[in-house]
Amino acid sequence: MSAVDPTFDLDGQPVALQPGDTILSAAARAGLDIPHLCWSEEVSGSASCRLCTVLAEGRPVAACVTPAVAGQKVECRTPSLATQRLRLLQMLFVEGNHFCPGCEKSGNCLLQVQAERAGMTDLNFEVLNPERPVDASHPDVLFEPNRCILCQLCVRASDEIDGKRVFAIGGHGIATRLLIDSPSGRLGDSALSVDDRAAHICPVGALLPKRVGFAVPIGQRRFDTEDTRG
Amino acid sequence: MVDAATVAGGVDAVLGRWQRDPHALVQILRETQALTHWLPRPLLAHIAAALGLTLAHVEGVAGFYRFFHTRPVGRTRVLFSDNITDRMLGSETLLAQLCARLGVAPGEVDAQGRFSVDRCSCTGLCDQGPALLVNHHPVVTRLDAARVDALADLLLADTPVEQWPAAWFDVIDGVQRADVLLSGLAADTPALPAVLAQSPQALLDEVATSGLRGRGGAGFPTARKWQACRDAAGDLRVVVCNADEGEPGTFKDRVLLASHADAVFDGMTVAARAVGAQQGFLYLRGEYRFLLPQLEQVLARRRAQGLLGRDVGGVAGFGFDIAIHLGAGAYVCGEESALIESLEGKRGTPRIRPPFPVQAGYLGRPTVVNNVETFCAVAHIARRGGAWWAGIGTTQSTGTKIHSVSGDCARPGLYEYPLGTPIAQILADCGARDVQAVQVGGPSGACVPASEAGRAIAFEDVPSAGAFMVFDRTRDLFEVARHFARFFAHESCGLCTPCRVGTELVVRRLDKLAHARGAGSASAFDIDRLHDLDTVLHSGTHCGLGASACNPLRDTMRHFGAAYAQRATAPQFQPDVDLDAELSSARRATGRSDAGAHLHTDTPA
Ligand SMILES: Cc1cc2nc3c(=O)[nH]c(=O)nc-3n(C[C@H](O)[C@H](O)[C@H](O)COP(=O)(O)O)c2cc1C
Ligand code: SF4
Ligand code: SF4
Ligand code: FES
Repeated sequence: MSAVDPTFDLDGQPVALQPGDTILSAAARAGLDIPHLCWSEEVSGSASCRLCTVLAEGRPVAACVTPAVAGQKVECRTPSLATQRLRLLQMLFVEGNHFCPGCEKSGNCLLQVQAERAGMTDLNFEVLNPERPVDASHPDVLFEPNRCILCQLCVRASDEIDGKRVFAIGGHGIATRLLIDSPSGRLGDSALSVDDRAAHICPVGALLPKRVGFAVPIGQRRFDTEDTRG
Repeated sequence: MVDAATVAGGVDAVLGRWQRDPHALVQILRETQALTHWLPRPLLAHIAAALGLTLAHVEGVAGFYRFFHTRPVGRTRVLFSDNITDRMLGSETLLAQLCARLGVAPGEVDAQGRFSVDRCSCTGLCDQGPALLVNHHPVVTRLDAARVDALADLLLADTPVEQWPAAWFDVIDGVQRADVLLSGLAADTPALPAVLAQSPQALLDEVATSGLRGRGGAGFPTARKWQACRDAAGDLRVVVCNADEGEPGTFKDRVLLASHADAVFDGMTVAARAVGAQQGFLYLRGEYRFLLPQLEQVLARRRAQGLLGRDVGGVAGFGFDIAIHLGAGAYVCGEESALIESLEGKRGTPRIRPPFPVQAGYLGRPTVVNNVETFCAVAHIARRGGAWWAGIGTTQSTGTKIHSVSGDCARPGLYEYPLGTPIAQILADCGARDVQAVQVGGPSGACVPASEAGRAIAFEDVPSAGAFMVFDRTRDLFEVARHFARFFAHESCGLCTPCRVGTELVVRRLDKLAHARGAGSASAFDIDRLHDLDTVLHSGTHCGLGASACNPLRDTMRHFGAAYAQRATAPQFQPDVDLDAELSSARRATGRSDAGAHLHTDTPA
């Protein structure tokens, strides 16, 4: 080993890397933001949202699951990738039913802030208007599938952190959906507890602990920063 | 109808036969459904409990495969093959005819639960279509109005499938031009034991010398894949033959398995020897269920001959056997890592790579996945030598390639040529006339206009996984692209955003251009959106399905732009919804239908 830490180049900045790093985990440690939705350092990757797509030596890859390689040139802030991210976000918005003004996750929602940062001002595609009934059967956690972006963070948190396997993915294609493990298929009959990590890891307002809505005043929410306050 | 106790007993027998192995979940669901017709939730819960899985997991697997039914279906299920070639042969009219006779709509079950009629993706019988599957097995070929009429009679009379006319189930090989592979192994070539007596490295070296590249689509050098597997850490290794053949318009693997199964298994055995594998799988697509008994027989014979099992071919210490796993109707399971997930009893979702299957595949073991035709070629190369194979074809694309020819031509069927053969020659040989375009390599491949028929099929020019669909000048290539778009949307695994949402948006946009959705007409705006979607899918998806989903769209927009332009006639953007139709419930409520109760649009109705 040389005395100098190995690095790779992200948009002209050197990023130090450690064994086992993905491009995204190394960048996150260095405080550099690669836009993402389905990644969390707490659980394994699912590579599903594709928002973290970067060019590694010119080839598009998902930064959250692609091993970082010393000396590699990685581009994230290019005009075409910016358009790509905008389109992906627009796709997620038209796929579900996202009504930000009425959502108690507003200001703390990763999808919302990514859209703001991407400069999204319209949906670009036609809305798909799915019919997804809300599941309010659990005493402490609400499941609002209209806002689910199928990131699988809850699936992995329940499997890998809580050891409970409460969630799974069902269907295929545009009918893909989140399944809940219980005899009725409803959250209230499942083993989920509000103390589980899975009840809190949702990046959007799909899985929400009840009775804490709007607790944080506007201005102090997670994403109330200069770049989003308008 | 089978009674509940028999069902429960039958299910437990299935569970027992698979030793309650959760990795056999797909096989267990398939065999259970063969007893119960569909998979009710309590049954899934029973299976989940027996295998130590969650109900949600089992439900997720059952809901992934198109051949598993989580809602009631008829005791006899008819599935019309829905490739574009089936449609060109009149499948939609025949489907409508059958539905009318039976009094059911596509996708519905009749009131007494006797039958249901629906569509499925390509069954791999394009040269003898239109075709349909009965209870996913067997297959009825060469449908026409008379056959469909007789079929309706049998269904209405509840006649068991075993008593249907045997001629309906005929499947022919249809070999029109045979080269080395389709001619079979010559009598004077050395037998497998002699081949296996060589060192593993010698076998690998022959394959390297041959320059053989995979025939499943990606064209990866076979020897390099094997070497990587051989070099990977681990004691147990696996060889998998990818017989998923889901690419619409491809049916060469079906013929190789039907008539050259020994060569395919020889190739797998050579691969096992070369990489040091003990375990082999043939992943047979569910649509080819009719080949299963015959393939099992060949395997049993090979075991008896000492070509499988312990000390294979008399080589001390070389143990290798092959098991057959059946798919259940999911095109994406042809992607090698999705195939491995499916082999492990899971949803067929492509894995994150690295690790690659050669490093960690089936149950984490280093695994080689190759196409049926690739293994068949290996059987020949192992006997005749790599240099012999390298002498056929071009420098970059050695050997021969089998093409599954269908569509507008006089002689559909299989054609084997050295790589580097021009498209024009295949067109001439199959009796194609008045050609507008050829879809080479299936929907994931390239749509080549007749003006480029001088191009050759080879990795350096037009690569192909084997499909060769001919369209004459009467065909509307916009509709062809729309059909393929529906195929990809239907087959998306749903994991990643661009493919899951993007394929659906492509379908909706094309439907709008076809006036099948929304009001009024489409505009240049809609064409722009299609270009947008193409860009997002092409560079942002997790696997090759999404990445190639817009290929037919892109090629036809480029070469046959007029077919799109004539559908995008509105001077400015037209909404996706029919605003006037939205008012229909208000009109009904108020009992009005006068002009004032309608929205005026300046586009013709
Ligand atoms: C969506 C998709 C479907 C595929 N279907 C098949 C198939 O049916 N048969 C096949 O051999 N390869 C298929 N492939 C390619 C396989 O992933 C893999 O490359 C191939 O089986 C390797 O074998 P080869 O090297 O002998 O070609 C498919 C790939 C994708 C992305
Ligand atoms: S509920 Fe939330 S965490 Fe779970 S898949 Fe949906 S968006 Fe992701
Ligand atoms: S591109 Fe994505 S959604 Fe489509 S089949 Fe591949 S992994 Fe699944
Ligand atoms: S964060 Fe990488 S794909 Fe979602």
